[in-house]
Amino acid sequence: MDKTIRLRVDGHVHDVQAEPDMPLLYALRDNLASENPRFGCGLAQCGACTVHVDGKATRSCVTPVSFAEGRAVTTLAGLGTPEHPHPLQTAFAEEQAMQCGYCLNGWIMTAADLLAHEKKPSRARIKEALGSLVCRCGSHVAILRAVERAAKEMTA
Amino acid sequence: MTTRATFLAGTTALVVVATGAGYQAFALAADTPPPTKMTTLGDWLRMLPDGTVEMYTDKVEVGMGVPTGFAQFVADELDVPFERVRPMLGDTSDTVSAGGVGGSFSTYQGNFAIRNAAAEMRSILLASAAQRLGVPATQLTVTDGVIHVTGDATKTLRYTDVLAALAPDPKFPQTGEGFNVSLTVPAKPKEWTEYRIAGSSLPRKDVAPKAFGRYPYVVNVKPAGMLHGRFVYPPSVGATLVDVDASSVHGIGDARVVHVAGFAGVVATREWDAIRAARALKTTWTAASVTLPAQAQLADYMWSQPVIKSNVVKDGNLDATIGATPLKATYFWPFQSHANMGPGCSVADVRADGVTVWSGTQKTHALRQGMAKLLKVPVAQVRVVWASDAGSYGRAGLEESAAAAALLSRAVGRPVRVQSMRADNTQWGTKSPAMAGHLSANVQDGSIVAFDAVLRQFNGNEIFSQPSVAGSFIAGQMAGFPNDDVVYEFGQYGSATAKYEIPNMRATAELVAPFAPGNSPLRTSHMRDPEGPGTTFIVESFMDELASHAGMDAIIFRLKHLKDPRHIEALERVASASDWATRPSASIKRLDTNGELIGRGVAFATRVVTTVATVAEVGVNPKTGVVRVRRLICAHDCGFIVNPKSLQGTIEANLIQSMSRAIYEEATFDNHNVTSTDWVTYPIAHMHDIPDEVKVVLINRPSIAPGGAGEPSSRPTAAAIANAIFDAIGVRVRTAPMTPKNVLAAIRERGNVT
Repeated sequence: MDKTIRLRVDGHVHDVQAEPDMPLLYALRDNLASENPRFGCGLAQCGACTVHVDGKATRSCVTPVSFAEGRAVTTLAGLGTPEHPHPLQTAFAEEQAMQCGYCLNGWIMTAADLLAHEKKPSRARIKEALGSLVCRCGSHVAILRAVERAAKEMTA
Repeated sequence: MTTRATFLAGTTALVVVATGAGYQAFALAADTPPPTKMTTLGDWLRMLPDGTVEMYTDKVEVGMGVPTGFAQFVADELDVPFERVRPMLGDTSDTVSAGGVGGSFSTYQGNFAIRNAAAEMRSILLASAAQRLGVPATQLTVTDGVIHVTGDATKTLRYTDVLAALAPDPKFPQTGEGFNVSLTVPAKPKEWTEYRIAGSSLPRKDVAPKAFGRYPYVVNVKPAGMLHGRFVYPPSVGATLVDVDASSVHGIGDARVVHVAGFAGVVATREWDAIRAARALKTTWTAASVTLPAQAQLADYMWSQPVIKSNVVKDGNLDATIGATPLKATYFWPFQSHANMGPGCSVADVRADGVTVWSGTQKTHALRQGMAKLLKVPVAQVRVVWASDAGSYGRAGLEESAAAAALLSRAVGRPVRVQSMRADNTQWGTKSPAMAGHLSANVQDGSIVAFDAVLRQFNGNEIFSQPSVAGSFIAGQMAGFPNDDVVYEFGQYGSATAKYEIPNMRATAELVAPFAPGNSPLRTSHMRDPEGPGTTFIVESFMDELASHAGMDAIIFRLKHLKDPRHIEALERVASASDWATRPSASIKRLDTNGELIGRGVAFATRVVTTVATVAEVGVNPKTGVVRVRRLICAHDCGFIVNPKSLQGTIEANLIQSMSRAIYEEATFDNHNVTSTDWVTYPIAHMHDIPDEVKVVLINRPSIAPGGAGEPSSRPTAAAIANAIFDAIGVRVRTAPMTPKNVLAAIRERGNVT
């Protein structure tokens, strides 16, 4: 049964008609044309669908849309813009930390959660925090460089 | 083509309407038999009144920066700022068919057309400017798009002042086939050594838009009235559809069933409804058409099968020189899944007056052919528009979604978007071929006197023409198109491995038939690259065995069998960059704090004109069999480097992906189907598996034409790791992937760690 669910995404409020247990990902992509959370597996195994829910990196492919009701949802587009970039976006661009870029959303959103809560994380800690994300192209080395660069930038 | 510009610039609802005029890709000269194919300058480059240079190419951006490199050449030829060149990628209505992307051939072979076109555009514009300024063209120089008379600062013109010279769009003979397509023009491009923009580390044009979520991906294409679709794969190999219970999806939104011959799918307005309907859809299938062999016996199965085709490369007299007691070894490389990050997505809009398909395919023009055959419409009525999908690494079959979307759209008369699910891709996507090898050699006084290799793999007859043939898609096969385009693919030893100077050698590449002629999750295809990683794992591991047998250092042994100075330099550079200690393997045992024994190994590969030497340092836990790659160092020579930073990123990524394949990846199967369906059942390397050090040594050859990159650096990694494992524990792991299971099995077979 559809319900009206009020979502706040990147600061904008939307009413969405959806079944409460529908994954948030489809509300974002399908109902709201929010394009950056991507379908990768639908199983919370890869992270391509990651958004922030109240600042916490969350896999939207397995999170019921009803969970996001009354909470703030942030997507990659809401994290920063070319005019007001998040340091991670700048760092990923500077380091060219991607090949196809399909997974990029997950890395940036997960790393943004980490760097928001931990200053100067060690390399081991970064690897741990990003340990359950998948990049099939193998861009990990550049991604690690980018996250370390942003971490440095954010504590400078 | 304003529709096209809207599409590329779009960030939200991307709506492209096919126009009749857009279908005229290029004109043919009508009167002269045999016809000379003509192409116009505007098929490749167009300069707009604001000075923007649009660059049209079917070399789409699959994540390695090829279009950026092309834009560097264009900017350099025209002497305009790099920022002014705009790649226009992969729309069949306005790009010339030049083989699309594949084989790391895009830069290697595709650069000629784009450089010729740019040189000719400059020449035409300068001729016009020379006339206007009243000086010979030879007295003109161009800086940032401004034309100056040499020595007279008062006389300048902009390119945009003389744009009229480009009308009417000049025609030139089109030359070559496939990747070699180019155009013959009077103008001559700059010498390699004259390039300044090409050769520098400019930012890839797709990177910043991707970081801000503003790059157009095919998953975001939404034509008006679009429905979401899904389709169902067979439950087992070779099974065919018997019946569909359309009532099984009732009540799931507005979902409805589409049944075309043996193809069954669903459409719904909302994506979640389409997903749920596909899950709920009740279908009945025949039993599997074959019983797959037990996975553990796959190599035995392969050796038991009749050879349907073999290719032999030989030199000297092997039989007279191999000797009575050659060194022998048997190797195995598994089936692997492309397991793309995104499982594949396409949108199709099939109308009576034309078909538009949006896809992330590497080969838009081939897909156009395939769609025409699938829908039984003239090719001229089909337009394929490229938008980025996840990286495909070869013939991944992401286009399955295009075939399904086309069938569904035709049935319901609306645009349909199909995004595959994870299992559709990991389980049912094409696989790189399993390979088994028997090798033997006679080594005397540190030199290989005779070398014999017999390598077997499954024929890839479904993929040579993919995606240009309707029967090459599973969706197409289910819809009634037979997979009858039998082509022998793979079995090309000569192009799959490095060439050593060996007086007597014979390499036999043998093909066995695929398990099932259609509806098979173990159909084989190219995956970075056609057969290079498996072949190189086998041959370069065996080379290491020979070096060790001869009591020689692995690099010195290889150098002894190489003559090409570029090959030699790559090995020398990787030795120096990795602090390689010259000694035979295995001899020195180092134990680190984790209880791991440490070793290092090298492997060498060539691909077309590119040379790669890779050193791996690994830690091996002999009790658990766990292998950890500590360092990867790669020396890479592909001639002229168009963009060092972009190249480095590509090589790093290929090193990590090939490391992942070497130690984690194997597509598993039971008697009836592939059982690798997701990231748990098909594990790949994650962040914590990444080596502590990954170093890339770029060997630049500023005066030598650029070769390919990407696939070449995928080749040596597995053997370098296997050879490092041997160095560490004295045990040769001849079965990939080098999982704890396979490492422990090798230790058990050997009896102990030495």
